[in-house]
Amino acid sequence: MTDLARTSAKGTASSPAVGMISARQIGISFSPDQPAVLEGLDLDVRQGEFVAVLGSSGCGKSTLLKLIAGLLDPTQGELEVVGQDDGRRAEIGFVFQDPTLLPWRNVIDNIRLPLELRGFPVASQLEAAGQILEMVGLQPEDGVKYPRMLSGGMRMRVSLARALVTKPDILLLDEPFAALDDMLRQQLNEDLLAIWEEHSQTIVFVTHNVSEAVFLSQQVFLMQSTPGRLVDQVQVPFPFPRQAALRGDAEFARLVEDVSRRLRETVA
Amino acid sequence: MNRSPGQLIFILLPPLALLLLTVVAWQLAVTLLEIKPYLLPSPVDVVEAAIEHRGTLFSAIWMTGRAAVLGLLISILLGTTTALLFSQSRIVRRSFYPYAIALQTVPIVAIAPLIVTWFGEGFQSVVLVTVIISLFPVITNVTTGLTSIDEGLHDLFQLNQASRWQRLVKLRIPSAIPSLVTGARTAAGLAVVGAIVGEFFAGSSVQDRGLGYFVLFTVPNLQTDLLFGCVIAATLLGVAMFVAVSLAGRHLLGRWTAEMETH
Repeated sequence: MTDLARTSAKGTASSPAVGMISARQIGISFSPDQPAVLEGLDLDVRQGEFVAVLGSSGCGKSTLLKLIAGLLDPTQGELEVVGQDDGRRAEIGFVFQDPTLLPWRNVIDNIRLPLELRGFPVASQLEAAGQILEMVGLQPEDGVKYPRMLSGGMRMRVSLARALVTKPDILLLDEPFAALDDMLRQQLNEDLLAIWEEHSQTIVFVTHNVSEAVFLSQQVFLMQSTPGRLVDQVQVPFPFPRQAALRGDAEFARLVEDVSRRLRETVA
Repeated sequence: MNRSPGQLIFILLPPLALLLLTVVAWQLAVTLLEIKPYLLPSPVDVVEAAIEHRGTLFSAIWMTGRAAVLGLLISILLGTTTALLFSQSRIVRRSFYPYAIALQTVPIVAIAPLIVTWFGEGFQSVVLVTVIISLFPVITNVTTGLTSIDEGLHDLFQLNQASRWQRLVKLRIPSAIPSLVTGARTAAGLAVVGAIVGEFFAGSSVQDRGLGYFVLFTVPNLQTDLLFGCVIAATLLGVAMFVAVSLAGRHLLGRWTAEMETH
């Protein structure tokens, strides 16, 4: 498929809002005698928008992502994830907190797993996996390595590649870089932005790191816990493409400080 | 694992030195204290008896080894199949698993005579006792391996609409291989115990005489030196089977090595 054909397929043949997420007063509780994990949560994400959800640990951020991914069903409210016109669900890529790679498969075989499970021919699985490998900043020779031979940052890149291999309409990331050191986290943030700037998936990025949320997203949602709901939102005005230098900008620092203050008020 | 010869000596030397010391102390104690040979034969007596009866001893090792290996293979096959069934149905697992665990506490020595009553004297009963003793570690380990899968991996497969079959073949079974190896290693040691216990009860006919028979036979004949030979042979057989299964497991687990080396 040429780039032109792909653009037209995404732009006209399919519903214009594929990947749009809209949640109305959704809630979920895992057992009747425990407080709800989420309650009365509203969320609107436009097609192709990059949003961050910011909240303390245990506030239900992961649960929210699992609801959007369809891994859980809300017990209250309405959740719509706009799919294709022909009724197919929106394609969703999920990057978990841990790399969750299969230790008995090498990098390429891990990356092509989603395509394999969907029954694509092996040749096209391998081709797609090879392309994605470079997109996430891995070398072709890394493809034959096993997860245990990789550093934490490289494992996360493989995990990201696996989520991207299906060319998802929506990419959900659950604190993916929380375990990495700051340098590596910033590098991966820049790489993720470059991927989004080129492919404009809808992205929901969950984190508890304010500066990361502000650097990446167009809009930051603040989440409170017990029950989890979104209580505040902040527009991030900085234009794209964003460069590493943005982190040194006075405006950036001011916005990070503002969001941090609001987050503290949310928790208090 | 590539160890240099120097490291290998460093690892092997202390236990070998201890073994040598023990044998020398044993020989000295028996000679100096003039212990009766039917109570405790000296190492030299044991070696002499083993050489004298080497034909009998080798055929006994062969008999017991055959029963133990066959029993172990059946246990691995049957145990894995059972664990696969357990992994596929929660209700089957919930119903049967408690009994699978409880059955491990049944004293096999107590029910072995019943097996002989049902299946007669001979090789088949020896193998059956071996299977009963070595089966459960395979069932419990493999069931645990098949069912305790990382939640994130489950989510990953669900997200990609994996079928039940794909989940079994591409996730559960590969995840359970390390547990299978652990279970098989435990079962290998138990299989030798099972074969010997089986022979106590079912192995007295001439063509079936294994180590278990000779252990029983040597006591009333006061051939304590040969008894020691049988016990040492049985121990070596158990060690050989354990090592064989471990090596096969390491080969199978080449890709898991990072996790395996901590076991």
